[in-house]
Amino acid sequence: MYRYDEFDHSFVAARVAEFRDQVQRRLSGELTEDQFKPLRLMNGVYLQLHAYMLRIAIPYGVLSSRQLRKLAHIGRVYDRSSGHFTTRQNLQFNWVRLADIPDILAELAEVEMHAIQTSGNCIRNVTADHFAGAAADETVDPRPYAELLRQWSSLHPEFTFLPRKFKLAVTGASVDRAAIQVHDIGLEVKRNAGGEIGFAVYVGGGQGRTPMIAKKLRDFLPERDLLAYCEAILRVYNLEGRRDNKYKARIKILVHEKGLEEIAAAVEAEFAARPVATAALGEAEIARIAAYFAPPEFASLPKHAATLEAAQANDEALRRFVARNVSAHKAPGYGVVTVSLKPIGGIPGDASSDQMDALADIAERWSFDELRVSHAQNIVLPHVRLDDLPQVHAALAAAGLATPNDGLVTDIIACPGLDYCALANARSIPVAQEISQRFADLDRQAMIGELKLKISGCINACGHHHVGHIGILGVDRQGEEFYQITLGGAEGADCAIGEQVGPGFAADKITDAVETLIETYLKLRRDPGERFLDAYRRVGLGPFQEALYADA
Amino acid sequence: MPTLETELYRGGRFVADDALYIADDAPLPVNAPANALVIVSKKRYLSARSTLDAWQGRLGLVLETADTLAELENTLDRFATVVLRFARYADGRPYSLAQRLRHRLGYRGELRAAGDVLQDQIVFMLRGGFDALEIAHVGTRAALRANRIVVVPTRGVAPAAQVLEAAE
Repeated sequence: MYRYDEFDHSFVAARVAEFRDQVQRRLSGELTEDQFKPLRLMNGVYLQLHAYMLRIAIPYGVLSSRQLRKLAHIGRVYDRSSGHFTTRQNLQFNWVRLADIPDILAELAEVEMHAIQTSGNCIRNVTADHFAGAAADETVDPRPYAELLRQWSSLHPEFTFLPRKFKLAVTGASVDRAAIQVHDIGLEVKRNAGGEIGFAVYVGGGQGRTPMIAKKLRDFLPERDLLAYCEAILRVYNLEGRRDNKYKARIKILVHEKGLEEIAAAVEAEFAARPVATAALGEAEIARIAAYFAPPEFASLPKHAATLEAAQANDEALRRFVARNVSAHKAPGYGVVTVSLKPIGGIPGDASSDQMDALADIAERWSFDELRVSHAQNIVLPHVRLDDLPQVHAALAAAGLATPNDGLVTDIIACPGLDYCALANARSIPVAQEISQRFADLDRQAMIGELKLKISGCINACGHHHVGHIGILGVDRQGEEFYQITLGGAEGADCAIGEQVGPGFAADKITDAVETLIETYLKLRRDPGERFLDAYRRVGLGPFQEALYADA
Repeated sequence: MPTLETELYRGGRFVADDALYIADDAPLPVNAPANALVIVSKKRYLSARSTLDAWQGRLGLVLETADTLAELENTLDRFATVVLRFARYADGRPYSLAQRLRHRLGYRGELRAAGDVLQDQIVFMLRGGFDALEIAHVGTRAALRANRIVVVPTRGVAPAAQVLEAAE
């Protein structure tokens, strides 16, 4: 994994000194809250309903055990012994004091972490496939490119005061786990017939109140032009993106209003002028970064994992876990383990400090010291020997982390909602908890099969409801929480925005409504292999609307 | 047009500013010192181009945050200074205008930042190609004089430390 060098140490240390000075000026009154706000946002500090919240960057979701232990420690000392993993592969602490934040940043700096650009109208933390470097279906490891983009975009002197936030995602596999088509720039690393590396470049995707699927600008941008081309896109956006209305300020609106052709022409003209500031990427630089992501030294193992098979024979919990939470690895005899942070009735994405320590220990012992945060708010152990799975499963179970529900109906994505967030109209967490409890039965979940349920507490869509197979959006109706349902959303290669099914439901009716949808699906599916999404695409909204509103 | 007293920071120190901003409806100065820098808006320049091109002294152009570079592509050699005004520091368009001026249009004269020029953006401005800053904000001037601007090094572009050192 990427090993931060001297530059990064001096970078984060200088940044802490800078922010300490800014906090001091705010606490002394030299800066008003209005003046301070953009500065704190640039360091990931939000003012929420009850307290300041600190969002920490986890570049493309990759963590070492040492870093995760530090996060556990910060949770224990400065928060309520827990942290919350987000859909941007980041971590949020919800109960920190402003006066403590410089100290927290100094602690983070000890493990080369920071909170820079986790908010504000700048280029946000770059995300990538959480199975990068491990998945069997990977064509090119996206992490070196995510890292190049991270370095390029950190405190970029031109792109720190954009019309609105800007999100990049990179994938390198045939299955898009990074949801690149709902990002401002989405990149698919691939190889052409000649074996050269390049990128499909998508622009103008996003969720929020105006969900849009990104449009393709280039099918194969040569590897060396990555930064220059992104710079051209950003420059056009910085100059032409709307600044009169924050809800129309994302690049998706610019692309939508001007049309792909006009934007493409502007980007290509900017790119053709080939700014001196970003020369083409040199092969040596790419190789230097890629070397950090060299695969760990996998043992030469048979495909068949005899120890695991024997253990599974009389351990149903292990069998379920392996069937559901372990994905195919590129190295024979290894697997990619998804650790669900969605225990039945739990808060999606929350992990206690003790659980973080346990995960750090497990990763150190069984996964080459490496972990990933997924945008589904789970943790991934990328490189686990299949024959170690019985031990890994036992260790996870001991920490309350062995819920075998990856990709099932209780693997719910939810934003913090009105329990924490100043923007929310409705609570998300209690809805997630109630649905999770309703479908607690593991056999029932498994029988239902893959179902992505996503909940946002307001139209800003942090819970990604637009791309949920079932999406739930909390709204405020005359002071009462109501929940609208969308169906048929999807991320990935078959990306789609969900369609609203009809009028919303009160908080005490939404779980029933979800159950009605699922029962309807079970009745009409052709066979157990036809997922909820597939069935919906075949039959459309009709049968679901009928079932939901038959009595209305 | 500057309404507040400003000071010009260039090359790592505050220097005397000989710029004269001419309002769009004001006549060109008759008794200006021979060496004075006369700065006009884009609108004024385009509407009185022949007069201004014949102007004997140094000429500067001030671009507001929302101005574009259209119609200026072939005129840039005429200007000793281009001033990019930040209406609000959070509106970052001038940073991209600066890049276009430098790298796409090949402008080689002085680039000045004016308007909402504050302590916490100075490093971005210096790294982003600005040579000089017109600073109205008192706290920012004090911070520069006391050397309190925190420099955060980065990759990919000239580190701010180098910019500041080179300027000194």
